[in-house]
Amino acid sequence: MITLTNIHKSYQMGTNSLHVLKGIDLEIQQGEFVSIMGSSGSGKSTLLNILGILDNYDRGEYHLDGQLIRNMSERKAANYRNETLGFIFQSFNLISFKNAVENVALPLYYKGIRRKKRNAIALEYLDKLGLKNWAEHMPNELSGGQKQRVAIARALISQPKVILADEPTGALDTQTSYEVMEILKSVNKEGITVIIVTHEHDIAAMTDKIIKLKDGNIGDLIINGDLASFKKEFAKELQPA
Amino acid sequence: MFDIDKWQEILSTIKKNKLRTFLTGFAVAWGIFMLMVLLGAGNGLSNGVGSNFEGNAINAMWIWSRETSMPHAGFQSGRRIQLTMDDLEAISEMEKIDKISARYWIGDRTYAFGNEYGNYNTQSCHPDYMVIEKFEITKGRFLNDIDMQYARKVMVIGADIDNALFKGVDPIGQILKVGNVPFKVIGVYAEKDPREGTRQGLIPITTAQKLFNAGNRIHNIALTTFDVSKNESQAIEKEIRNLLAQNHKFHPDDERAVGLYNSLENYIETMNIFRTIKMFVWLIGIGTLIAGIVGVSNIMLIVVKERTKEIGIRKALGATPASIVGLVLLESILITALAGYVGMFLGISLMEMVNFAMEKQAQANVGASGDRGEMRMFMNPTVDLGIAVSAMFLLVSAGALAGYIPARRAAAVKPIEALHDE
Repeated sequence: MITLTNIHKSYQMGTNSLHVLKGIDLEIQQGEFVSIMGSSGSGKSTLLNILGILDNYDRGEYHLDGQLIRNMSERKAANYRNETLGFIFQSFNLISFKNAVENVALPLYYKGIRRKKRNAIALEYLDKLGLKNWAEHMPNELSGGQKQRVAIARALISQPKVILADEPTGALDTQTSYEVMEILKSVNKEGITVIIVTHEHDIAAMTDKIIKLKDGNIGDLIINGDLASFKKEFAKELQPA
Repeated sequence: MFDIDKWQEILSTIKKNKLRTFLTGFAVAWGIFMLMVLLGAGNGLSNGVGSNFEGNAINAMWIWSRETSMPHAGFQSGRRIQLTMDDLEAISEMEKIDKISARYWIGDRTYAFGNEYGNYNTQSCHPDYMVIEKFEITKGRFLNDIDMQYARKVMVIGADIDNALFKGVDPIGQILKVGNVPFKVIGVYAEKDPREGTRQGLIPITTAQKLFNAGNRIHNIALTTFDVSKNESQAIEKEIRNLLAQNHKFHPDDERAVGLYNSLENYIETMNIFRTIKMFVWLIGIGTLIAGIVGVSNIMLIVVKERTKEIGIRKALGATPASIVGLVLLESILITALAGYVGMFLGISLMEMVNFAMEKQAQANVGASGDRGEMRMFMNPTVDLGIAVSAMFLLVSAGALAGYIPARRAAAVKPIEALHDE
């Protein structure tokens, strides 16, 4: 599904150049549930932005669904985002003057689906996430967990192949975080690749594969069987020193 | 391409951002409104003063006799010049002279019809005088060549005399006694310019010569020229002065020997003043428009800035740059066009209302008889619809341009940067 080969990315900070990604090689298969971890500044958000075609990269190759993503026209990139990708953000990023159902329906607007039809579909998705009664509410009338569920519905509505979540639980309490993760798990069960960026070990432990970034490189790759030990390690970390 | 869904998206955005919409719309509406009022006022001033020239032909000249101020050809200064029919004759033979009429005043006489009488001024003239003075004949006819030829005792009276003496009786064919001389009334005239009044009786000059001892003398010559420029008109003026100087032996440069009023010169000068005023009004109008454009541009800049994050979200969800630009642009065009229309409507309504009120006032003034009306300074303060529409078009396209530049920049920004914008 996703293949990264020797991806480099640096940011210009005035006269200084900040080398954020220093040659990332990564392969993510269809249907995987992956988390990207790392300390702040390790480049995890940058990596996610490149995966989401929200940002471009300097060197290397990025294949998404067998297609090389590079120097794409804005129009084509927009198409890819609309067709293949769904986004979930830490700050939800709902449009404040649109109610829940209109927010959810927005990706379908860019697919050219008529208003009535897309609102009906949006309502279906909200129902799936238990928000049918909140469909007409504005974002500022919803709790954090509800907003994130609206955002998930919006990410799902275009039936993407990959869901990219940037700290989806970052602004939520533990209880709501686990609920959101449950939702993402069930989304993954339907065969959609889910990639989340997080710095919370317990959240990462719920995924099938953890990519640990360190100084712009992949420091650790914890897969399936290793996860048990990671969980143990994580449990150890929880113990008071 | 008319995409109903796109418009619905825009309308819902407008509905939910009322203050922003109002501010944008207000800047446009105000700009157009002020422009309409300014241009209307300018037009009103120009129409008003222009209307004061309606009383006489605009290419008319009046010549009257005065005293010399320079010694010439053995004569001392201070000599009274007397215009005669010979002068009239000579001037009428000049090129470019269209209508010409002598004027000889007989002075106040008592006019009597039945038991009604009053003191009125009697003036003698040629038939051409009607055209020069732009008289309107409301009943009967004006003097004609046959009246002249036979020196008939006929009179054209002013509407005031008709009202005062005849009191509803049809004056045409009636005998009016002027002093002791009976005259047959053949017509009634009215003046387009109420200031000039209609308290005169007009008789053929030949009749005056025979009946009132006018002889060869005349007081005054009135004439109109064919279509001429200001320079040509001045040349004619000079030519007439030279001719009269020769006939009456005064110095050609002696401006005081005869009086000459050239209404064309006057008209052109007044119109020049108004061209200047109009230019000034336009200058202010364009200034107002620019202020409106700047206002719209400012608001559009803020709007796009405010929407950067929203644009980022939309792009992450699959909006193409073109759809983003279209969204912002169509919204701004819709708002400015609607607001511009409202401003234009209000401005034109106001000017039409002022116009209506002033016409009512003018009618009331005319109704109060005896009032000769004042010099009009303001009249018909309305704006050409074409100008109004093109001003609106200008403002709308300026608003669109002002929205387009930042919208395109916002649409070109990487979505990730737009998303981080707070």
